[in-house]
Amino acid sequence: MAEPLLAIRGLDKRFGGIIATDRVTLEVAAGEIHALIGPNGAGKTTLIAQISGSLAPDTGQIVFAGADITKLAQHDRVRAGLARSYQITSIFRKFTVAENLALAVQARSGSSFSFWRPVGVETALVDEARQIATQIGLQDRLGSVAGTLSHGEQRSLEVGLALATNPKLVLLDEPTAGMGPDESHRMIDFIGRIRERLTVLLVEHDMDAVFRLADRISVLVNGAIIATGTPAEIRSTPEVKRAYLGEEASA
Amino acid sequence: MHRALAAVLLLIAITFPLVMQSLDQVYYVTMASRILIYALAATSLNLVLGFGGMISFGHAAFVGAGAYTASVMIVEGLPSAWIGWPLAMAVSGLLALVIGAISLRTRGVYFIMITLAFAQMIYYLTISMKAYGGDEGLTLTQRASLGFGLDLKDDITFYYVVLAILSVVIYLIARLVDARFGRVIQAIGENETRMEAIGYPVYRFKLFCFVIAGALGGLAGALLANQNSYVNPGILHWTESGKLMIMVILGGVGHLYGGLIGAIGLLGLEELLANHKIAWLAALYPNYQQHSLLGVGVAMLAVVLYAPQGIAGLFSRKANKRG
Repeated sequence: MAEPLLAIRGLDKRFGGIIATDRVTLEVAAGEIHALIGPNGAGKTTLIAQISGSLAPDTGQIVFAGADITKLAQHDRVRAGLARSYQITSIFRKFTVAENLALAVQARSGSSFSFWRPVGVETALVDEARQIATQIGLQDRLGSVAGTLSHGEQRSLEVGLALATNPKLVLLDEPTAGMGPDESHRMIDFIGRIRERLTVLLVEHDMDAVFRLADRISVLVNGAIIATGTPAEIRSTPEVKRAYLGEEASA
Repeated sequence: MHRALAAVLLLIAITFPLVMQSLDQVYYVTMASRILIYALAATSLNLVLGFGGMISFGHAAFVGAGAYTASVMIVEGLPSAWIGWPLAMAVSGLLALVIGAISLRTRGVYFIMITLAFAQMIYYLTISMKAYGGDEGLTLTQRASLGFGLDLKDDITFYYVVLAILSVVIYLIARLVDARFGRVIQAIGENETRMEAIGYPVYRFKLFCFVIAGALGGLAGALLANQNSYVNPGILHWTESGKLMIMVILGGVGHLYGGLIGAIGLLGLEELLANHKIAWLAALYPNYQQHSLLGVGVAMLAVVLYAPQGIAGLFSRKANKRG
């Protein structure tokens, strides 16, 4: 088997007496959509935070593209090609859509310790921002201040910011959170399209979407991974049914 | 529009001493110099506080370090402004590097408190510097020398030098704010977490910004010491940091001219309430001059309640659009 793009080994994280991450070992292969599912409070977002680098694990190792990144700062992980989006929208609300995306492009193209030349005339940044806006369906909102966008548009921009860093692997934390059915559908289709050029670790509550999109699924319960497998395998695992899917079916 | 307004303001500032001289009111030129120096200090604070979102409550430390550096140079017999003022900026910038490197590891209230604590440390340090006057302060034998036939002892020459420096600094900050660095700093001010998540070494940018602001604060301090021909530890007291913060909030947080407008507003109001009898106010409340600071407080309250973006925000379309 080829070297996985992301390999997590024996990750532990405690907050006082609470075990948020319990000996998590997880591999994400290059090119796959790997879904991470689990009930509320299972520790999905905490795990994403540790992979992206904003939260340090107590023990364990994270290897990305062959390099140990466990001690690497978040911004250095982004430069290495590991980006994330947020469940709770985190955009630059006072900046326009174009400025939001151009910021993410600027981070990876040239030095930002530049004090004289107006950034607004850097056509390369603006052009690339426009391309990304087109991908996420915001090409007509380039000049709009992000805080004035609809919820669905803000969610698109949220994902767009992560993609604008040009990642090899993107961690999408509930990209459809709070979206209506139509918007949600478009987002799922979009994730289905980006798989051609990058690897996705997807946290998602919409089970239809998960089973349709994912190549493999890992199930997180109380901080621990209780099963990993193809959608068919996960569907038929008894403990998964009991711990997670069963709850949904009876709800 | 913006440029035209700046040009008009500059023209008024240039003609101001000539008008005052013809009216035999040179006192106001001295006061205007003082306001412009405070404008420089407040503008430098606005760079970190307004644009970068770092609520530093210790900016007086950098102003004070610059003031003392420039003063000590003169007292020690090196009065050249070309050495003393850049050195004041270097000392304050270095101090900002040290204080910032530690303080910027914290956020929110902790950052406010730790910058305040550092500034108070420097304040007590100057009190203990007996060789340079301790709490008595240090009287300068002369103002700095500038060469080119310019005599800083002359209050009108001094005013023009201060005006030139402030204009250049505001222009440089205008360039910086619109350049890559400025956009990064403003984005950090708005959403630091996301900046880290799209690949920016946030700490490094904040520290660099903090050092620039500290160095410019030091320059303001050097000018202030020269104007007064005197410096004492009071310039580093936390109330001075508070005063600069009030100017920024009054003028407009994160607005290019916020520091300038705030300095004019606060110092102008203080002067008006303390030294000029306003007939209608005196009729209403005969002893108001004894409580002039109360008036400043009321004005401050009014701005925070009715113009949360400061006086500059009232005129700025951009601020309205983004609000």
